[in-house]
Amino acid sequence: MRVDGYGRIDRARPLSFTFDGKTFTGFAGDTLASALIANGVALVGRSFKYHRPRGILTAGSEEPNALVEIGEGAATTPNTRATMQELFDGLTARSQNRLGPLDLDLLSVNDLAAPFLGAGFYYKTFMWPRAFWEKLYEPLIRRAAGLGRLSGQHDDGRTEKAFAHCDLLVIGAGPSGLMAALTAARAGADVILADEQTEPGGRLLSEREEIDGQPAADWVAATLSELRGLGVRIMPRTTVTGAYDGGTYGALERVGLHLPESADLPRECFWRIATNAAVLAAGAIERPIAFPMNDRPGVMMASGLRSYLHRYGVVPGERIALFAANDDAHRTAADLAAAGIEVVAVIDPRPDATARGDYRLIRGEVTGTRGRRALREITVATDAGEERIAVDALGMSGGWNPNVHLTCHMGHRPVWDDGIDAFVPPETHVPGLTVCGAAKGDFSTAACLASGIAAASTALSALGLTAPDIPLPAASDDPGRARALWQVEGKGRAWLDFANDVTTKDVKLAAQENFRSVEHMKRYTTQGMAPDQGRNSNIAALAVLADATGRTIAETGTTTYRPPFHPVSIAAMGAGARGKGFAPERLTTSHAASLDRGAPMIAAGLWYRPSYFPRPGENHWRESCDREVRMVREAVGVCDVSTLGKIDIQGPDAGAFLDFLYTNTYSTLAPGKVRYGLMLREDGHVMDDGTTACLGPGRYVMTTTTAAAGQVMAHLDFVAQGLRPNLAVRHISVTEQWAQFAVAGPKARDLLASVFGAPPDLPFMGCTETTLSGTPARLFRISFSGEEGYEIAVPARYGAGLFRDLVARAETLGGGAYGMEALNVLRIEKGFITHAEIDGRITAGDLGMAGMMSKKKDFIGKAAAARPGLTDLARTALVGLRPAVLEQPILAGSQLYDGSDAPVRTNLKGHVTSACYSPTLDCHLALGFLAGGRKRIGSRVRAVDHLRGSEVICEVIDPVAYDPDGGRMRG
Amino acid sequence: MRIPCPLCGERDAREFTPRGHATLLDRPDVDAQPQAWHNYLHLRDNPAGETRELWHHTAGCTAWLVVQRNTITHAITGASLAREAGHAR
Amino acid sequence: MRYSAWAIAREGLTGNRGWRPAWRDPDPKPAYDVVIIGGGGHGLSTAYYLARNHGITNVAVLEKGYLGGGNVGRNTTIVRANYMLEGNSQFYSHSLKLWEGLEADLNYNVMHSQRGQIMLAHSDGQRDLFARRGNMMISQGDDAELLDVDGVRRHLPYLDFEQTRFPIFGGLLHRRGGTARHDAVAWGLARGADRRGVDLVQNCEVTGIDIENGRVTGVQTSRGAIRAKKVAIVVAGRTGQIAAMAGMRVPIESHVLQAFVTEGLKPCIDHVVSYGMGHFYISQSDKGGLVFGGDLDFYASYAQRGNLPMAEHVMEAAMTLMPMIGRARVLRSWGGIMDMSPDGSPVIDRTHVDGLYLNCGWNYGGFKAVPGSGYALAHLMATGTPHDSAAKFRLDRFETGRGLMDEEGTGAQHNLH
Repeated sequence: MRVDGYGRIDRARPLSFTFDGKTFTGFAGDTLASALIANGVALVGRSFKYHRPRGILTAGSEEPNALVEIGEGAATTPNTRATMQELFDGLTARSQNRLGPLDLDLLSVNDLAAPFLGAGFYYKTFMWPRAFWEKLYEPLIRRAAGLGRLSGQHDDGRTEKAFAHCDLLVIGAGPSGLMAALTAARAGADVILADEQTEPGGRLLSEREEIDGQPAADWVAATLSELRGLGVRIMPRTTVTGAYDGGTYGALERVGLHLPESADLPRECFWRIATNAAVLAAGAIERPIAFPMNDRPGVMMASGLRSYLHRYGVVPGERIALFAANDDAHRTAADLAAAGIEVVAVIDPRPDATARGDYRLIRGEVTGTRGRRALREITVATDAGEERIAVDALGMSGGWNPNVHLTCHMGHRPVWDDGIDAFVPPETHVPGLTVCGAAKGDFSTAACLASGIAAASTALSALGLTAPDIPLPAASDDPGRARALWQVEGKGRAWLDFANDVTTKDVKLAAQENFRSVEHMKRYTTQGMAPDQGRNSNIAALAVLADATGRTIAETGTTTYRPPFHPVSIAAMGAGARGKGFAPERLTTSHAASLDRGAPMIAAGLWYRPSYFPRPGENHWRESCDREVRMVREAVGVCDVSTLGKIDIQGPDAGAFLDFLYTNTYSTLAPGKVRYGLMLREDGHVMDDGTTACLGPGRYVMTTTTAAAGQVMAHLDFVAQGLRPNLAVRHISVTEQWAQFAVAGPKARDLLASVFGAPPDLPFMGCTETTLSGTPARLFRISFSGEEGYEIAVPARYGAGLFRDLVARAETLGGGAYGMEALNVLRIEKGFITHAEIDGRITAGDLGMAGMMSKKKDFIGKAAAARPGLTDLARTALVGLRPAVLEQPILAGSQLYDGSDAPVRTNLKGHVTSACYSPTLDCHLALGFLAGGRKRIGSRVRAVDHLRGSEVICEVIDPVAYDPDGGRMRG
Repeated sequence: MRIPCPLCGERDAREFTPRGHATLLDRPDVDAQPQAWHNYLHLRDNPAGETRELWHHTAGCTAWLVVQRNTITHAITGASLAREAGHAR
Repeated sequence: MRYSAWAIAREGLTGNRGWRPAWRDPDPKPAYDVVIIGGGGHGLSTAYYLARNHGITNVAVLEKGYLGGGNVGRNTTIVRANYMLEGNSQFYSHSLKLWEGLEADLNYNVMHSQRGQIMLAHSDGQRDLFARRGNMMISQGDDAELLDVDGVRRHLPYLDFEQTRFPIFGGLLHRRGGTARHDAVAWGLARGADRRGVDLVQNCEVTGIDIENGRVTGVQTSRGAIRAKKVAIVVAGRTGQIAAMAGMRVPIESHVLQAFVTEGLKPCIDHVVSYGMGHFYISQSDKGGLVFGGDLDFYASYAQRGNLPMAEHVMEAAMTLMPMIGRARVLRSWGGIMDMSPDGSPVIDRTHVDGLYLNCGWNYGGFKAVPGSGYALAHLMATGTPHDSAAKFRLDRFETGRGLMDEEGTGAQHNLH
């Protein structure tokens, strides 16, 4: 029901919206909740377990009941707080967690079974028969549980992430936050003022109050105007969600949620705010009272009633009662009465309670309610007996809980304050954070204003700034008297956690079953685990637990406060990562040329590399791959190898540095020479392998594998700076600077001759610096294919051109480009290893390279590699495998077994790491690790793949299946 | 978390890669007893409180830092270059 | 009292007044045959199996906080037996078999749900590695199926197969993998141990370990000295501090692993899905919350909380892999203290002190290990010989290099496993 003359809504701008398919009208400035109340909608949802009817409880982000689905199709957003959702024209909302229409929810039969569904009942049943859990019980439970539904479609809504920096972050723009921001801004600090609400002002917008003799809302407007003038960044609709280390705060800004979804505006932005100091002015939340049957739609928070009246000009009924043991309810009653609403009664058990207006004051307690889908009647117990009073709404107030959450995000616990019957922030908490206002237990407006100034002054002095002298605005200094009222005994259940259906009986049952620790109680009853994270109910539940276990609330303690303060969408915190945004994409200079040739690209770490280059008539990757292998073996192939890590190492001690990094010796490597090296981790296992070329005295270029490039670079940094800081050597990654192409095959020489104008004069494992068309180039004679091979490196900007040129020339020689598939076959034929073999658990000995470990010098990994477990002859070692029936493929990942051993783990002798069809040898080939290693050459093993039902008798061969003496490579 | 890199100033920890305790700088002699190597490679004091830890400024100057940090509060109280720690030995 | 549907019916009709405490709150006695330090999942499990399998009931579990308050109360509840290496393979296989009988054994519904786990492969190389792993699982007697991309699509049609950064090549399906209600496991074991006579002593912090002539004789606690013939350290997250009381320096570094849960949603994810490239794994709890996590924060920590960079990274992985969940809201985050070991695998072994046993180094794998770990440690303590399933979990393997179980292949750097 609307109240004329009240509210901050724009009655000239009606907005149409639907709820559960029915069309309603609200006004600009409404929330969905206020618009529903205005339209007389009391029932908005169903509770989690018993599917009890639920109405709107609060006017804030803590709302536990009014969670709805907003939007259609892929834009469906479940679990939206109707109290936070601003109304826009065309908004569609639906109730959730129901089977059938909301008012008839078929699952409400659960409520009839409530005596059997108490705390933890599911731990005591559903155990028999065992197979029924996954097939029957669990699916039923899952379907009944949960709240809203995801659409099942990809979320294409726009979200963003951003960083912000400031001197002072003020969290909350109520009286204390505004005052803190003003104080800091006048001192010249760079201030961000973040507030959860649409409009800054906090409770001042929900009260009939004056500041400095003017209506509070006017003071708010004037203050905001000054703040803007001083350059304060005011962020409305922004909830600070977490306090993190080093003065970092997470915050969620609801950028576009108040408008229809569009491509022009992000829905949400997740902020990382780095600040030197922060002031927490997050206010307090009014807590419900656990009286019997307190969960009916129409039972609301007393402060919520005031918010709805003053901010939106709506009330939820025509006959309203209030129940509290504090002055807050009386304040509400007075405000309602002033607005001409009938206040039927204020029920207050305090003997000294006095009415603040012309309404009936009953010194008693509410002990029951009636009304199937909406509140109809309350039962009030007094010394004189029971009375039933017809009402259509009841406001309650069990006192106020300061919003201490952020102060506890770093593991601190709030402390109990007997004076206000509430937890307040601990003495020490988040470094750099100062608390003020209701968040620290100051409940009068005057005290809030004063503590805002004080908190800002503390923060300013930490920043080295001086707080200006600010006059304290005149305001009410009445904090309201209060007595704690947690629960009311009586017939019927009394709810604590409205969303999760936790009642005082559940908490008492937990205590009865010895779940007395507050953590046990929480976990056993699910108290506080609903979307509001117990913001409404946790403290009352503690009080009930304390009472049930004969302890004080302080002794009982709280559960842990953890981020986020208010839920954050995955899309907001993961903004930017949809599709390819998750990780950088690294492209080689030949990328476009590869795509032009129709090459399917595969991911290699962050890089993309061509899989193969299909030619007309080739219908299967194997046809292309086999052709490319033959091309390299018979003519010439070109392959982009730029993804390999390249590290430029220079200095007088570069050789000594390399000697320490590699197992073998580099200081003896002559300029113009390349050497293959093996690098261990300090734990003695192989880290990486590759070649390093000596370009001149004290000048080397190291090559790493693609996979380990980053790891090796960090390793070099560590060794150079941490372990060998006295060596005169410097290194830098030049992976991005040089494009490098392998040219391999018997006609490689011809191809290079045509490129350079003369055949290269380089011995195997030689290198030279040269020029190509006037630009600097490097030429290495190395081979990963087993053919006569070269690698040409040019500055990256020439890579694209050179690749096209090399491929074109190769094609005239009967060759062409080859991709990763062919590269893999070529290297398996030659027994060259990749990270399929050096998987981090392998020693040099396992690879048959024990001889590469120098005995003369220290090197990384030398000591640990000598451990008995790493030199044990029983270890598996690298072998080649060839199927006894040549056309039978061996599958990578297969296990190796001896003879007729049963293929079970205890008989396992090894495994297959890499496998291929070798067009060169016209048979399948594989590499693997086998117990006994090369000693087994000539014997047979079974390669068993249980997954794919394959069992292949293999002959153990030398890993080098092709050209074992390397004659082709050496030329 | 923000780390005061001696070369770059205070930077967000997301630019850095932590590795482990700074004892990794105290590499034993190659001929040291196996127990010394076992100590170096595997065993850790693992303090609950103040620790000295190696961080690599991967997305910055690539310096390895010795960061003084508290493992309970996460408070960072200083950072120096690993290179200097190495020279000091 | 025995739990059953009948008991619930009876109690429901009589006001639920007859439910008895799930466990007693005894004061510690002056002496026990066995003292177990740590009332988390592994400690409770050890006590339970000591009593159940070996009839050793003069046992105290000493817990400095509340039972089940360590990592068993803060994890992502995944139960699986899908390891690749000898040692881990047989252990987790055994543990999973125990899980499969746990509810009947404990008379407690731990909601062990074998809903199936799928690990996604993103390249040929990763598929080959999964093949190796799957073959190991089958040769150990467990289940595994290699899926191609269409197979993955059949199970997980909601993934982004078109645009995701690391394309989905296939996956490894482990049908017997799944989840369990984490707290219930701790409570069920606690109740089972208590019913067999074990004293579960909460709010009892161990402050010293008494050793005479190389033999353990008891512990000092915040509730007085307690003598014991045998003592087990089962305090993942605090191993270094407790082991130091016995003069040990252990191969453990403590790290924080974050996890997250969303608001409740109607069923939308039916499996446990893990995404190696993004270090992301997710399942949906029976209550409807999406429970997910990722990698370590990488720095040493005892704070039981993490920071935004890794939290954001985990959400980013979710968005590239399954943008369907973009509009789910994260309700809560938490952090556990991980006992990270040099090879990523655990230790269940004797120590250099007679009668003192060590259970540590579970890295991320501790939850699913709860029954198997307690079973094996109880066996070792009761019989003096390691249980077959855990015989490879030796403390000396790092020094000797024998039997390392480095599933990730990242080497002796604690925070890389």
